[in-house]
Amino acid sequence: MTKEYKTIVEVSGPLIFLEKTEPVGYGELVQINLPDGTTKRGQVLDTSADMVVVQVFEGTVGLNEESGVVFSGETIKLPVSKDMLGRILSGAGEPLDGGPRIIPDKRVDINGASMNPYSRMPPEDFIQTGISTIDGTNTLVRGQKLPIFSGSGLPHNEIALQIARQAKVPGSDEPFAVVFAAMGITNEEAQYFMEDFEKTGALERAVVFLNLADDPAVERIVTPRMALTAAEYLAYEHDMHVLVILTDITNYCEALRQMGAAREEVPGRRGYPGYMYTDLASLYERAGVIKGIKGSVTQFSILTMPGDDITHPIPDLSGYITEGQIVVSRELHRKGIYPPINVLPSLSRLMNSGIGKGKTREDHKAVSDQMYAAYAEGRDLRGLVAIVGKEALSERDRMLLEFADLFEDRFVRQSRDEDRTIDDTLRIAWEILAELPEAQLTRIDNKYLDKYHPAHQKSE
Amino acid sequence: MEVNGEIYRVAGPVVTVIGIKPRMYDVVKVGHEGLMGEVIRIKGEQATVQVYEDTSGLKPGEPVMNTGLPLSVELGPGLLESIYDGIQRPLPVLQEQMGNFIQRGVTANGLDRERVWEFKPTASKGDEVKGGNILGLVQETKNIEHKIMVPPSISGTIKEIKAGSFKVDETICVLTDGTEISMMQKWPVRGPRPVAKKLMPTKPLITGQRILDGMFPIAKGGTAAIPGPFGSGKTVTQQQLAKWSDTDIVVYIGCGERGNEMADVLNEFPELEDPKTGRPLMERTVLIANTSNMPVAAREASVYTGITIAEYYRDMGYDVALMADSSSRWAEAMREISSRLEEMPGEEGYPAYLSARLSEFYERAGAVNSLAGLDGSITVIGAVSPPGGDFSEPVTQNTLRIVKVFWALDAKLSQRRHFPSINWLTSYSLYTQGLAGWYSENVGSDWTQLRDDAMDLLQQESELQEIVQLVGSDALPEDQQLTLEVARMVREYFLQQNAFHPVDTYCPFDKQYKLLKSITRYGEMATAALEAGVPMNKIITIKAKDELAKVKYEEDFDAAVDAVMKKMDDEFAQIGGN
Repeated sequence: MTKEYKTIVEVSGPLIFLEKTEPVGYGELVQINLPDGTTKRGQVLDTSADMVVVQVFEGTVGLNEESGVVFSGETIKLPVSKDMLGRILSGAGEPLDGGPRIIPDKRVDINGASMNPYSRMPPEDFIQTGISTIDGTNTLVRGQKLPIFSGSGLPHNEIALQIARQAKVPGSDEPFAVVFAAMGITNEEAQYFMEDFEKTGALERAVVFLNLADDPAVERIVTPRMALTAAEYLAYEHDMHVLVILTDITNYCEALRQMGAAREEVPGRRGYPGYMYTDLASLYERAGVIKGIKGSVTQFSILTMPGDDITHPIPDLSGYITEGQIVVSRELHRKGIYPPINVLPSLSRLMNSGIGKGKTREDHKAVSDQMYAAYAEGRDLRGLVAIVGKEALSERDRMLLEFADLFEDRFVRQSRDEDRTIDDTLRIAWEILAELPEAQLTRIDNKYLDKYHPAHQKSE
Repeated sequence: MEVNGEIYRVAGPVVTVIGIKPRMYDVVKVGHEGLMGEVIRIKGEQATVQVYEDTSGLKPGEPVMNTGLPLSVELGPGLLESIYDGIQRPLPVLQEQMGNFIQRGVTANGLDRERVWEFKPTASKGDEVKGGNILGLVQETKNIEHKIMVPPSISGTIKEIKAGSFKVDETICVLTDGTEISMMQKWPVRGPRPVAKKLMPTKPLITGQRILDGMFPIAKGGTAAIPGPFGSGKTVTQQQLAKWSDTDIVVYIGCGERGNEMADVLNEFPELEDPKTGRPLMERTVLIANTSNMPVAAREASVYTGITIAEYYRDMGYDVALMADSSSRWAEAMREISSRLEEMPGEEGYPAYLSARLSEFYERAGAVNSLAGLDGSITVIGAVSPPGGDFSEPVTQNTLRIVKVFWALDAKLSQRRHFPSINWLTSYSLYTQGLAGWYSENVGSDWTQLRDDAMDLLQQESELQEIVQLVGSDALPEDQQLTLEVARMVREYFLQQNAFHPVDTYCPFDKQYKLLKSITRYGEMATAALEAGVPMNKIITIKAKDELAKVKYEEDFDAAVDAVMKKMDDEFAQIGGN
């Protein structure tokens, strides 16, 4: 089993090529022993009777033809146990916090297997994040994958942390855990997360995987898979509700592109590999709820859009896989509004199954749709006002214009530690909708107007 | 004939094998676990195989067995209500065999071998039969009678035909030359099943969706594409079509899409009622779920599996609707495999044969006269997911060259919660002319006129909007302001439809007709009033007009709309001019 091969014939970027080995399995984990005594790890990418290609995780610095290669005979596995909670691990799953090695309950293949769609439960448990623009208009539900599409310099980390802190299912006290995977983020950013976790006591119920900006890019490809494997273990074997925060998907995709280039693959759009959709899907799809199992995996990934461009391949392919997106807007950020979430391009696909009577409130959907429609029109009118001035607008248009300002100021804006209940959120929504004439509220059934419109409340 | 060889090389889902004497598209079993794959290239001794399952751990030297048969699906009673993966393995069976996650190397029959069906012969001893002829009937679900047909390649004289209860692989008929026929037949998925004659589609597919039925209809046997950026409502539209279309059979292919969405479909369909029969929708549905994280080669096959099943029911004389969500994922699967084969790429890395594959697929749609002499049809509706919402990309463009209906989804519309967010200016249907006859006979003689007027109004609105952008709406003359108002009513009252509202989710044609007519009626009365000198602010504040917005949500639509229209007449009488 532990035969060492010294048959490296070529080293190219992160790849090494070996000849004349016994049959080696595709995807096997590999250990490489350098002449200076250090070891590196890698994975088999291509295997044939004549040649084996290995991708080295820690970079190929110092590797030469003298180096020995040992094939482990198995694919990459993560030792998992409940003791992982509270631990900080490297992007490859080694302890970083000076603590002991994890004593495994079992060892699990990090690639996971795809969940049988027939075994899935449609997600429908409302998660209250305490942020109005999410709860009210882009509701998150358990088992959903909802990324934040952001840009450089925007407060996506704050938003993610606020969500990690505040997220709960109202009226439920089932065990909850956070799995945090950092991919290529800076040490500073990582510190920021860690401090917040420690301060709020969240670390005790968190598993942290850190692959920082100066860690090998190739390792980034396994980091999220490690994190999701840990999450699935906690969710499906220990009945926990796990929130997985992956940051930053953009760095992950860069690593993927780097690997593709090293393998001399035919590149797809903007140099990213043609299989990036499938690859991203193999991460994002590892969220969900299984019939008959209490736990769940909810994914909240952060993705910085290069150049704030939502049509860039990374946000674009992500958007086709995830169940919606929360878009952070530079424009709102400049206006000093926190959280600067632009609801118009944001979307939660599973919202409809998580809201309504018995979950949030019967009028939720109608209120949300009405706000969207009015805000969209109001924002369009801002452009018009710049050309023709307010005076040229009709009465209806003026009201919509004011609504857009009110919406941003009252509904979107909230403080960093403001934890609004869903009732708070809907109350604010009604308050600002009440500024529009009732005849304009065409999206809302009359029975809800009668029941919830502030004007009708007073008359009672 | 089975031939055994061994693995030479493994690189992702593409495995090179030697010694199996392959023919193109033979199905092979790879490795000790017998992973299923298909031969896609032959070069000397070596054959390249695309494997439908994860290949991690496969080693050179492991055995490979060639079944000598092309990838086929099993056709027979029991297809309906089934949920398959891309290569026709029933997902519930897979769950039973290996739990909540799909492991490798498991085989499962497409049709349940144990289930017993009651077969009633309609042919009799001594009958001369050929491929496609009907031998007898099986009641597959409450409303669908499954017609057992002679497999297309067989003909002869019936020597014996049985009646009674049989399993799908038991012989029910023997021909004089000794050929035994069972209720199950197999068909290789990559080629179309033969028909007697292709026909022109003349009947509309009624979907209950106002913008589709009313504005951009599709015919039974037609083809449509729904392209749109993410979040614009492709999947909801596809699901609405699967739920409400007035076809006999629905084949829904979830190709490379989200697992949770499929779970939603799997959960919802058994509970929803078919508007035509009142039976659970599932009884007329075959679901194929190959989510985005399931193996890419099986995704490539899923579309063929689906259309072959659709063809089989068409041959029985049924109207079948096939939804493929999303054909872009299918194209991407082709691209991925093509790049693993190191083929010379065409546009944007897609293989050069993309266009040919797409047109071959859509050509399998159509209204036909089957070998049994029955009229059936397959309507294919393909979702397209263009990167960045850019319709100039290859999959959208190649699809548009083939399909006759284009429902263009628009992110701008969905952002303002205008659903279904189908853009009325860029969408088109080439069936409107061909269906005109059907409309005047079945909906109303003035329907085509109503529709054209509404479209014209929307066109005028878009032109006027450009002026409004410059000068503001108050600067427009009053008649143009009225045009804008009526166009807004068409958009908001008629085109907008709430898929999640219990009443509004399905809108029958007579209701569509009445609703559009009521809006037009307001326009006519308002124009008359305006010409009679009634000021605009009076016309625009007619209360009944605003009430018209909500009649579509009323259970008793007819009563509600009649009441509103009566009120409108009264109000116009009051302000004068009419």
